[in-house]
Amino acid sequence: MKKILTTPIKDEDIAGLHAGDVVYLDGLLVTCRDVGHRRLIELGQKLPVDLRGNAIFHAGPIVVKDGDGWKIISIGPTTSMRMESFEKEFIARTGVKLIVGKGGMGPETVEGCRTHKALHAVFPGGCAVLAATQVEAIERVEWLDLGMPEALWVCRVKEFGPLIISIDTHGNNLFETNKAEFNRLKVPAIAAISKEVRFIK
Amino acid sequence: MNMPASAPAAEAARTDASPDKEQAARTLTDVMAKFTGYVGKRLPQDVLDKLAELRSRETKPLAKVVYDSMFDNLEKADRLDRPCCQDTGALQYFVRAGAGFPLLGELKAILGDAVRQATKDAPLRHNAVETFVEKNTGTNTGTNIPWIDWEIVPDDDTCTIEVYMAGGGCSLPGAAKVLMPAAGYEGVVQFVFDVITSYGVNACPPLLVGVGVSTSVETAAMLSKRAILRPIGSHHPDPQAAKMEALLEKGLNDVGIGPQGMSGSASVMGVHIEASARHPSTIGVGVSVGCWAHRRGTIRIQPDLSYEILSHRGAVL
Repeated sequence: MKKILTTPIKDEDIAGLHAGDVVYLDGLLVTCRDVGHRRLIELGQKLPVDLRGNAIFHAGPIVVKDGDGWKIISIGPTTSMRMESFEKEFIARTGVKLIVGKGGMGPETVEGCRTHKALHAVFPGGCAVLAATQVEAIERVEWLDLGMPEALWVCRVKEFGPLIISIDTHGNNLFETNKAEFNRLKVPAIAAISKEVRFIK
Repeated sequence: MNMPASAPAAEAARTDASPDKEQAARTLTDVMAKFTGYVGKRLPQDVLDKLAELRSRETKPLAKVVYDSMFDNLEKADRLDRPCCQDTGALQYFVRAGAGFPLLGELKAILGDAVRQATKDAPLRHNAVETFVEKNTGTNTGTNIPWIDWEIVPDDDTCTIEVYMAGGGCSLPGAAKVLMPAAGYEGVVQFVFDVITSYGVNACPPLLVGVGVSTSVETAAMLSKRAILRPIGSHHPDPQAAKMEALLEKGLNDVGIGPQGMSGSASVMGVHIEASARHPSTIGVGVSVGCWAHRRGTIRIQPDLSYEILSHRGAVL
């Protein structure tokens, strides 16, 4: 059975979830990436969307005008690590509960997720039409002056996922665990290849 | 001495030819706009085949969840006729044009127009931010965007164009450096592993890894990009280079990065090496990475503008 989170997300909804669990999202998901984070944290601008209990998506979609509104064509995650230097402070200031992106994030985000009770989850990268079919509507757009990828697209989503939890509220980081394993395995792999490529004689 | 006499004739010939040429330029613009959009929506056959193979070999539960989403997504992108990944890249064209291709002089303008048209029609995401001005142009065109790489072939009148569309995520791991000869090919191996096991993890694996070996950073980097334009399953003609491709592929797969870095039975779709002769005092090495949604398309255009799509089976524009 699908585990579904519904916004507004409360601390107790996510306390029992762990890195590696798969969940889906119902409710409000707002795209916010590089410049959106920079404007709030570095430039001190007020975010024009209340994120308390809601979810953000590290994503820049393809959208088209549809009458008075907008229609999503493709929307998939972008590399979350680009937001690492802002995310801890972002969680603290906004009260966001779920951060969706791709790839892992670092120790600052882990700290933010533990202190303020939030999750980072991965939507499979490159699966942008799958994601678009799970967006019921674009409710509005803010900061459109930033252009299509960087604007804040406020989306209403239904069973949005799979979302693979990479950072939980307990300090676990799936990608850090995986990377430690990759770094362990790469040592013998490099040694084995190096013996075979001594072409300079 | 012949120039004054011949100049008016040449002028007249150009004037006569221009309506036809304008029509031909419009035709080719339309073909390239449609092909560019097509490449953003459907992966080339070699990539589809390799992904199906990797999916069938996968055993880890989270990796299987990701592969299922990937194939579900490709089916939906094809059926709904939408870009399969939202990041349709800063467009690149690798042109291999015969010196006698009739629209050679017009091709740069044609490709710019094709990108503007595809941006509206496909549609593509607006991905050209004018550097220093820091404004998105909204057209996917700007200073040297689309990026065009030229190779001119003497005594030929056809034109083969590779369309390449890479998301920012799989451009981020790109790296090049110049090693001292003492580092040897072992240094190349270390560099490739360092890049792939760090930045490669977030670049939407399973990856296609391109390695360039040359004299300096820019030649190694360009060769590494050309390497990922080669069809998956192709091998370098030199037996030692081909051996190194196979060793790197197996070694990286043994690390088991898995789809989206979730850990799994493979890390890469392949490793391709391209090399040039080089200065004896340096080993330049470059790494370029293609994500699993490796949107590469090859089209060959004849002088009469009839065309053949070489990368996608059964493609209809």
